[in-house]
Amino acid sequence: MPERDGAAAGGGVARRERTGATGRAAGGGATPARVAVRKTYKLYVGGAFPRSESGRSYLVIGADGAPLANASLASRKDVRDAVVAARRAQPGWAGATAYNRGQVLYRVAEMLEDRAGQLGDAVVAGEGLEPAAAAREVAAAVDRVVWHAGWTDKLAQVAGSANPVAGPYFNFSLPEPTGVVGVVAPQSSSLLGLVSVLAPPLVSGNSVVVIASEDRPLPAVTLGEVLATADVPAGVVNILTGRTAELAPVLAAHRDVDALDLAGAPAELATELERAAAGSVKRVLRSQPEPDWHGDPGLRRILAFVETKTVWHTVGI
Amino acid sequence: MSGRPESAPVASGAAGGKRFAYAPAPESRAVVRLRPTYGLFVDGEFVEPSSGVHFPTVNPATEETLAHVAEAGAADVERAVAAAARAQRDVWGPMPGSERAKYLFRVARIVQERSRELAVLETLDNGKPIRESRDVDVPLAAAHFFYYAGWADKLEYAGLGPAPRPLGVAGQVVPWNFPLLMAAWKLAPALAAGNTCVLKPAETTPLSALLLAEILQQAELPPGVVNVLTGAGATGAALVAHPGVAKVAFTGSTGVGKSIQSALAGTGKRLTLELGGKAANVVFEDAPLSQAVEGIVNGIFFNQGHVCCAGSRLLVQESVAGPVVEALQRRVETLRLGDPLDKNTDLGAINSPQQLERIRELADSGERDGATRWSPACAIPERGYWFPPTVFTGVSPAQRIAREEIFGPVLSVLTFRTPEEAVAKANNTTYGLSAGVWTEKGSRILWMAKHLRAGVVWANTFNRFDPTSPFGGYRESGFGREGGRHGLEAYLDA
Repeated sequence: MPERDGAAAGGGVARRERTGATGRAAGGGATPARVAVRKTYKLYVGGAFPRSESGRSYLVIGADGAPLANASLASRKDVRDAVVAARRAQPGWAGATAYNRGQVLYRVAEMLEDRAGQLGDAVVAGEGLEPAAAAREVAAAVDRVVWHAGWTDKLAQVAGSANPVAGPYFNFSLPEPTGVVGVVAPQSSSLLGLVSVLAPPLVSGNSVVVIASEDRPLPAVTLGEVLATADVPAGVVNILTGRTAELAPVLAAHRDVDALDLAGAPAELATELERAAAGSVKRVLRSQPEPDWHGDPGLRRILAFVETKTVWHTVGI
Repeated sequence: MSGRPESAPVASGAAGGKRFAYAPAPESRAVVRLRPTYGLFVDGEFVEPSSGVHFPTVNPATEETLAHVAEAGAADVERAVAAAARAQRDVWGPMPGSERAKYLFRVARIVQERSRELAVLETLDNGKPIRESRDVDVPLAAAHFFYYAGWADKLEYAGLGPAPRPLGVAGQVVPWNFPLLMAAWKLAPALAAGNTCVLKPAETTPLSALLLAEILQQAELPPGVVNVLTGAGATGAALVAHPGVAKVAFTGSTGVGKSIQSALAGTGKRLTLELGGKAANVVFEDAPLSQAVEGIVNGIFFNQGHVCCAGSRLLVQESVAGPVVEALQRRVETLRLGDPLDKNTDLGAINSPQQLERIRELADSGERDGATRWSPACAIPERGYWFPPTVFTGVSPAQRIAREEIFGPVLSVLTFRTPEEAVAKANNTTYGLSAGVWTEKGSRILWMAKHLRAGVVWANTFNRFDPTSPFGGYRESGFGREGGRHGLEAYLDA
């Protein structure tokens, strides 16, 4: 895939517009009814939409081989900036009530549903699915967010415990967010897969830096726009587009990242990332063959990014 | 019996009060019958190591060689893992949980029955006071087997999934600070879940694990279900690297933990790590100060400070710092250091010359860095490895004694003014294993507990353990939990 240095091109690539919405002149030579306004695909960091600090971009090719758009080619520095934003945002997100986090996540589902058409087109273009299949992907993604929204205020009841210790203590254990989670998003399922790895760490109050699918990054950028308008506090989710092999090692070795989800890391890279993660004893959810994202997600991903805190409180008069 | 000089345990009575005359109360070591050499416990039998090499294990309080134990090499690891895999596949895995449970209950009972023997042996090999091995290590080890025995036929109720399955062979490497107890923490949940085990006790404290192996024989645990390989770091490294091991559980230093995590990259093995700590013990001005002083002493001097969750950083509110430190020093002056088998002893021996050197080096760095060092007048026995209880005041957060795990009886005192500052200082570490809070205000306890980044928070107590209570760290103190329902998760594929 070609890489472009220098100023990122904004919408300078022939890109399919949404059929019907903007329309395109059918016959050669005819003047279009209207020249479409194309979107510039940027990063989502700290609640803002910057280009890569490196000024680089790369051409995203659709499933049919046609160019779709230029995406920002994030740099190592962008990763570090994203981690700083995630760290700053994390205590506020973790400190919000579980009820509040649930409402915000539910709001994400509402906004996603609102953009279902646009996201479906993006999945068609990027993954080469038939429109009906793409619509199912979007619907499943929305439902996945709703499912996770409902977990925020139930997790502590399911994953926590009161422990009957042999002594005069009230002893209880609660799940708490691990902190900043680095996520390598699935490479093939660019929307449903992405949502399926993004939502779980958010449930308990982690903040996230996600590296989008390298070849199919456009739904991730649109998801960033959804999150920005869904009351997700700035910095709680940060989305980078670019080369997985360039960005993921920076995330894995970053001492202020507490955990990694390697869902979209190819096996060889994943081993390297696991090794780098050991440098600061990160929690690592290893990569495996990409699952069927339509299946029951279970609690595994949510529990992979929580810590159990046990409190001993004396009992007496 | 090791005669302690009359002057050794100094209770100087600085406060001017009268004191009782000291009379030693040594526990008899006759209950322990040491063999000159020990083999490896593989497939239900004690066998010679393939290398033929044995190494001495020493009583750190006397430097007397207690016995020679086998050094397991790669061939022995191979044999043990194969035995464990066979036992898991043919016997222990298919066995109904209710039957596994009964074996574990038996083990718990025999540990209780032979508790005196275990306690004395532990104290001989480790150097910890008999009071602690008798009242803490051994009863808790029995309790862990008893607790997890009950889980063996109830795994589907653990909330981990409808059909949890064992992982296979667990390779378990345990440290020297609580040799028997850590073995119990590792073995009990693994066995309850249907796994089989290869246990590697620490190089300097192998004897209680070998006695436990005898107990397993007495319980008629099927051969191969538990194997014990003694040896040093190379033995542990070979064990965790063995492809037949599906699960690795390690308790020890953060440095070794990182190297294990790195070595396991790409293998798909499950891993839990319980690593170092630098716990903050936070004392507020409204705390019950005399209780807090007891808690501070217990927090740092329990087991000579060889405790990963030791309260090694005392954070005391500035308004009471003077009185707390004075009361603390008065209390520390009454601690008895000396013969670990003496039932009066509070501080036993440092486990090894290597550990003693590390404690000395770090304590010296504290002095060089400008902190004020204090120890009570304290006669040190002529033989053995000893370090006096030591309190550093005027410690700043950047000093090594405030950042690095000393793993010895050395307390660093820092001060704070507000709860926010206490939290910031407490969390200013790469570790996150435990923390303590002392205050009479319940809402403040829960606020502190919420903000402290540590896996265990003790409020108005310290260093309490229970098999029902999950234990484990945040951050570089490791991951995974031991104890409670949560402890099962490490050994099940759910």
